[in-house]
Amino acid sequence: MEHRLKTPLTVDDVRNLCAGDLVWISGTIYTARDKVHALLRTEGRLPVDLNGAVLYHCGPLIRDDLVISAGPTTSSRMARYTKEVVDKGVKAIIGKGGISEASEHLRSQAVYLAYPGGCGALASRHLKVIDVHLAVLGMAEALWVFEAEEFGPLVVAMDSLGRDLYQEARLSAEANLRSRRS
Amino acid sequence: MKRADLVEATVAVLARAETSLPGWVVDRIEEAARRESNPLAESQLEAILENVAIAAQDQIPICQDTGFPVFHLVLGRDASLPFDLREAVADGVRRATDEVPLRPNAVDPLTRINTDDNTGPGMPDLILDLVDGDALRITAFPKGAGSENMSLLAMLNPADDPLEFVLETIVERGGMACPPLFVGVGIGGTFDLAPRLARRALLEMSGSSEAKLERDLLARINDLGIGPMGLGGDTTALGVKILTACCHTASLPVAVNLQCWANRSASATVGDNGWNID
Repeated sequence: MEHRLKTPLTVDDVRNLCAGDLVWISGTIYTARDKVHALLRTEGRLPVDLNGAVLYHCGPLIRDDLVISAGPTTSSRMARYTKEVVDKGVKAIIGKGGISEASEHLRSQAVYLAYPGGCGALASRHLKVIDVHLAVLGMAEALWVFEAEEFGPLVVAMDSLGRDLYQEARLSAEANLRSRRS
Repeated sequence: MKRADLVEATVAVLARAETSLPGWVVDRIEEAARRESNPLAESQLEAILENVAIAAQDQIPICQDTGFPVFHLVLGRDASLPFDLREAVADGVRRATDEVPLRPNAVDPLTRINTDDNTGPGMPDLILDLVDGDALRITAFPKGAGSENMSLLAMLNPADDPLEFVLETIVERGGMACPPLFVGVGIGGTFDLAPRLARRALLEMSGSSEAKLERDLLARINDLGIGPMGLGGDTTALGVKILTACCHTASLPVAVNLQCWANRSASATVGDNGWNID
């Protein structure tokens, strides 16, 4: 199924998304990677309102406030902070590779959306810079505020009911490996 | 040879590598997109191909992770180099960072402070070979951290099967390395030679057909079903290259260098009369 969503997202928005669905998002998206998450943990807050927010695991390449290239970074590094961001109201996390180890913290509250890794040039056509916070952290680590227009294709890779496409692919690969050994 | 020519050539190969993929790499992604039977996986491959086209059209980096600068230098023994080779290449990296532009990725490993120009101790990393002749061939091989972080080295027991280790690595980590992957494998040598072989395997990979051992391993990897971006599908890897070296009778080092689908590289030749990009 295909969905076109506008931010801020509601709990009903995310509960309608099933693993394997495709999503295009318009509205505000916040980038956050290692350092922004670490700061959220130590300070307990960020300079933006995360209620209904879409968080993008991305360290963009920006020049003169133009998005040059902005694909996703590996989400597993940020998995340990999932409970904190969901507690702050984040409804969708966009990234690549998934956060299987934190799947329980999404339950009933949020979804994980996969943007095709490496597709930074494609992303640049659908994202505009609105603002930047914590610029002192450097280009990749700063918290960029993007205006997204039909940003996608995003795959619902982990839904709010606990289905996780990464885990499914990994378990079936492990079974394949075991069956060939025996 | 003139220092300015090497600096210019360095900027040019980095710019080319960051904004367009080698033709054989695009061919393999297109072929996989045609064969892929899983619609979700196909959507990922189609997005990748659209992304590659946009990067070439807009002359912008394919991926925001413009990588860390690794260069393969093949130096003619009779070349005259009246300048510091490393500093000249570093100058090219600094200029490319500003001109392409590249994302500043180099940080001190302990303070995590960014040098802001993609150079610093150990960066750029140069792999140097000496050959007959008087020219210098420079290949830019920038690689992103997403795939580099998922690469792995093991000091196996000689009784272990090194190819099983490659498969286990891909099952555990391949989905996070931006598949479909190019897999460089180094078997043998020492603790530090095996990873160097694995990176050289990626450098040497080209559109030509693989040896039987590599074809069989590629088929087994794709049989795992990890799929593009780890979401499941027929296409987990697009190429495998294995390099080996003798090792101690008590050792079996194995290194797996996972490269993402954006297998970026570009080469130029620098001589006494200027430089030419391939």
